[in-house]
Amino acid sequence: MNHLPILPILLPSLTGTLMLLPPLSKSLKARRWITCTVLIMLMVIVAVLFLSAHRQTITYALGGWQPPFGIVLVVDRFSALLLAVTAILAFCAGIYSADQEDRQSSLFHPLLLFQVMGINGAFLTGDLFNLFVFFEMLLIASYALLIHGGGSEKTKAGFHYVTLNLIGSALFLVALGTLYGTMGTLNMADMSAKVGFLLPEDQVLAKTGGLLLLLVFSLKSALLPLHFWLPKTYAAASASVVALFAVMTKVGVYSICRVFGGIFGSNAGALANIATPWIWPLAIATVALGSIGIFAATSLRLLTANMVIVSVGTLLITFVIEGGQSLLFGFYYLLHSTVVTGALFLIADQIGKQRGAAMDRFVTARPVTRATLLGGVFLIASIAAVGLPPLSGFIGKVLILHSASRFAEQVWVWPALLASSLMAMIAFSRAGSRFFWNVSAQKPVSGPKMRFAQIAAIFILLSTVALMTVFADAILAYSQGAVGDLRQNATIIERHHETDRGHVHGVQES
Amino acid sequence: MELVFALCVGVTTSCGVYLCLRGTTFTVVIGITLLSYAVNLFLFASGRLHLNAAPILGISQHIADPLPQALVLTAIVIGFGMTAFLVVLAMRTHADWGSDHVDGKPKAIEEVIQQENRQP
Repeated sequence: MNHLPILPILLPSLTGTLMLLPPLSKSLKARRWITCTVLIMLMVIVAVLFLSAHRQTITYALGGWQPPFGIVLVVDRFSALLLAVTAILAFCAGIYSADQEDRQSSLFHPLLLFQVMGINGAFLTGDLFNLFVFFEMLLIASYALLIHGGGSEKTKAGFHYVTLNLIGSALFLVALGTLYGTMGTLNMADMSAKVGFLLPEDQVLAKTGGLLLLLVFSLKSALLPLHFWLPKTYAAASASVVALFAVMTKVGVYSICRVFGGIFGSNAGALANIATPWIWPLAIATVALGSIGIFAATSLRLLTANMVIVSVGTLLITFVIEGGQSLLFGFYYLLHSTVVTGALFLIADQIGKQRGAAMDRFVTARPVTRATLLGGVFLIASIAAVGLPPLSGFIGKVLILHSASRFAEQVWVWPALLASSLMAMIAFSRAGSRFFWNVSAQKPVSGPKMRFAQIAAIFILLSTVALMTVFADAILAYSQGAVGDLRQNATIIERHHETDRGHVHGVQES
Repeated sequence: MELVFALCVGVTTSCGVYLCLRGTTFTVVIGITLLSYAVNLFLFASGRLHLNAAPILGISQHIADPLPQALVLTAIVIGFGMTAFLVVLAMRTHADWGSDHVDGKPKAIEEVIQQENRQP
């Protein structure tokens, strides 16, 4: 059996645990290098998985216990896409933290790796209860990372974040209990095979459970009425942490796609597409409210946090347009928006450090020391984030707008997306002119230097955006396959049984 | 038995929700604890309620579903860890802000109210 699928979980978890123990917990340098190596290894592993998932969906039965009774990890093209973006973002967050967050305590690197383990696990698992477990893993690491470094603002934001997520977890368990009670399984592929054959009296219960899951995932992905925690939390956390958090809302979006595109998808009989009537208005309202938030933001961090909210709304719009036919453009936009918001959070931190007490707030303050470099990366990142040509944001947005071909959809989608882009453009140009042109006559702060690793992290993220623009066609083809994998995950179990049987026969013959 | 069980889950949940909506961190922590108790009971019931049934084949005539019990065990462990973290965080908030109000500093609000009362 090929053990590659378990490595994105095992590798960070083992190294994270080792780093808690004496020889490594004493030496900052060793921890730094090991984290860096592990994150590079993770990128290689994910690249291999990415390519092999393109040929065939990989299932990995933990401990050899067969699905649907055992727990499986599933690497299809959808999870491989998200694993890839997580690996890139985690690497950049890891090298950005050098000499900054990682000096504050010896626990930073282990926590970062535990968080990566949780995110990878959530993307890999093919079992709904296991998804809950990995959610808790990534959350408990994120709680600790959020308040890492201390400070009263962080503890307050942390308390709200933790409380909200604990209540979310309670609802998650209620939903799982309801679904297990009706379907008798929590394996996602098995559920999507069984959901069409539910008795009418069980259908109501299953629908309740499904919509409770929607509530939970909306909380994680910051969909409209449940998004209030996000801006404050993201503004309070430190830079490399929040860059990694850029992928956290996407875990919620991923789960919505998995559950409501896979289990309660179009093959679910009476329960097909139960989430669509809810997601439509909420996604559009999320885009609208996020755009207002972009306008109202007082600092670049808050602005980027609101960009995260807008991107979540946009992604979920693609989930429902045309009955989900345009989801592949959504996946492309998902990769783009995650990387760009991650880069913007890092740039905001760089700008903030050079402006003294003004931080990254939109006020007139002293000029930054390396205005050309910072201004350049800020310009590129904001062009990509707003969705101006020639970068990937433009491609993504045009494709999404183009996919809304029916008039009834255009009426809602076009104004929402176009107005949000316009508002983002105004907000970003205002921010840029404040930071780089409308400056006071004071001398720049001489203290903080820009470290090579930090600039490198920003450049890696921005060049990923550039690569995504150049290879848009290939990524779209891959996303098309990912949508296909998402829709037909009921076949996974059968295929797994087949390959397994073949394997057993092979052993007996030899 | 089903009625008593359902009532237990319902009452515990409503108490938990009520306490979570209070303004001090201590009651919120207690509320979340109650909520997680209720959720664990609920999860346990998702395998149906049985009397005199073991979750192992061949021990008793009726067989209970072992999976919800395993799920509850996992959920209890996770909930326990999370509650412990929340307690520590609540104490940290108390130390940082000098009060256990969930929004940080109600003292300042009290002072504002007192000032407003003094002015007229």
